[in-house]
Amino acid sequence: MSSDNQDTETHSEQVDETQESQDTNSNPVRSEEAKLKAKYPSLGQKPGGSDFLMKRLQKGQKYFDSGDYNMAKAKMKNKQLPAAAGPDKNIVTGDHIPTPQDLPQRKSSLVTSKLAG
Amino acid sequence: MDGDGDGQSRWCLSQVKGAVDDDVAEADIISAVEFNHSGELLATGDRGGRIVIFQQEQESKNLPQCHAEYNVYSTFQSHEPEFDYLKSLEIEEKINKIRWLPQKNAAHFLLSTNDKTIKLWKISERDKRPEGYNLKEEDGRYRHPSSLTTLRVPVFQPMDLMVEASPRRVYANAHTYHINSISVNSDNETYLSADDLRINLWHLDFTDRSFNIVDIKPANMEELTEVITASEFHPLQCNTFVYGSSKGSVRLCDMRASALCDQHSKLFEEPEDPSTRSFFSEIISSISDVKFSHSGRYMMTRDYLTLKIWDLHMESRPVEIYQVHGYLRSKLCSLYENDCIFDKFECCWRGDDSEVMTGSYNNFFRMFDRDAQRDATLEATWENGSPGCPLKTWRVSAGSRRKRNEIGVDCLDFSRKILYTSWHPQDNIVALATVNNLYIFQEKLN
Repeated sequence: MSSDNQDTETHSEQVDETQESQDTNSNPVRSEEAKLKAKYPSLGQKPGGSDFLMKRLQKGQKYFDSGDYNMAKAKMKNKQLPAAAGPDKNIVTGDHIPTPQDLPQRKSSLVTSKLAG
Repeated sequence: MDGDGDGQSRWCLSQVKGAVDDDVAEADIISAVEFNHSGELLATGDRGGRIVIFQQEQESKNLPQCHAEYNVYSTFQSHEPEFDYLKSLEIEEKINKIRWLPQKNAAHFLLSTNDKTIKLWKISERDKRPEGYNLKEEDGRYRHPSSLTTLRVPVFQPMDLMVEASPRRVYANAHTYHINSISVNSDNETYLSADDLRINLWHLDFTDRSFNIVDIKPANMEELTEVITASEFHPLQCNTFVYGSSKGSVRLCDMRASALCDQHSKLFEEPEDPSTRSFFSEIISSISDVKFSHSGRYMMTRDYLTLKIWDLHMESRPVEIYQVHGYLRSKLCSLYENDCIFDKFECCWRGDDSEVMTGSYNNFFRMFDRDAQRDATLEATWENGSPGCPLKTWRVSAGSRRKRNEIGVDCLDFSRKILYTSWHPQDNIVALATVNNLYIFQEKLN
């Protein structure tokens, strides 16, 4: 008895849903577009235009030079592999010129993928 | 597809690979999934430049209702991060594509590529090693020649199986822009690599030269209107290839026509309905993947919201259109803001071309049965349900309601997306990647 009621309830809900979606269906994209234009009025007329594509062609983080790049990489490596640094020393590379005693004994080994674990 | 009509599909979760904790490092994000031509091997690539290859175990006689499992076969570092000194830009080690070569001998070969460099890897097994050297001990130490009294002939003795991966070719410095596709030709001698503006043809044996076969770079970069997004060789005709663009068109080129294929032989483009044109039209029409059917008669394209099947004999419009997640039309504004509208989803064919599949958000993936004209939405999750238990199908409704196996559009998690999928070439086994996990699903055999 109660399950019958539930079924009819769901059915009428579904009917309401379809009617609702039909109304907005005629222009869900248009209303989304209006929303976007309201938020960013300066957005260019041609979204597929050259500015947009140029940005896409030049993806990737820009560094000042190779030194900047290597310093950033050293900082990131030290963060990811804290065990690689010396036992009691703080992370040394990336911030100041290290002394031979400060450096880890060998190049920190690359971490194996977790898929293979 | 919908199986018994009670919301159960014929698919079951077979295996999940990778960590299940929430802490996902950038390097662990999977960026490529590909079965080899026999389906025995399954390769994955990640953002850390690593490749992991799984091998299907020998079919187990004890469990006839399911195919054998995949276990780790080999893992290696394919690409390392580099620095482009001229542009002061980092070259990511992320693996963009993996493509297997058909097997010719005991070893397996695959091509892997990042944004700039393609590599040919040889994966071979070693199960014997020579023993009984005269001048060396078994541990490698050298014996003094004066201590020798007899001579013996070294012999091969069995050893534990070792799988080695070695880079056989490195195809570098041929792409100014970012490589998005590689495709091995049916002639098994050449392959193509495509970046945003150019496509190059290589011979597998030569790394010091490649031929440019498509160049859509305008003389004045201000006039740039479209870029190449995906490219593939025809599976049977070695002179034919296609490339998709950011404007939603696919061009088929015939290399017999001319050396530089800037003029297409066929242009597959659906005429635009001016009444539906909006700011988003071009972005959502961008082709994210193009795949020929195994038969070579059809071609499938994936754009942001749909899957389209084209008959190569008809350029004017696709023969089949499948809505992947049309409910996202009401979310385009926020999808543009969080960049999800630029996600590049892959798609794949079943071995007999009767079904196709592609990924979506919320770790959902979509299966389309072309013959029965039915579709299903399934979820890749390791919760609720054990391996072998058939997956339940999902429905997405408007708003934020949530019922059993129904979820509202507002509740979808757009950070959990399935971009990379691969279908076993013969059996009904599919492999797909969520952000950092590899899922393998099998269709129930009985």
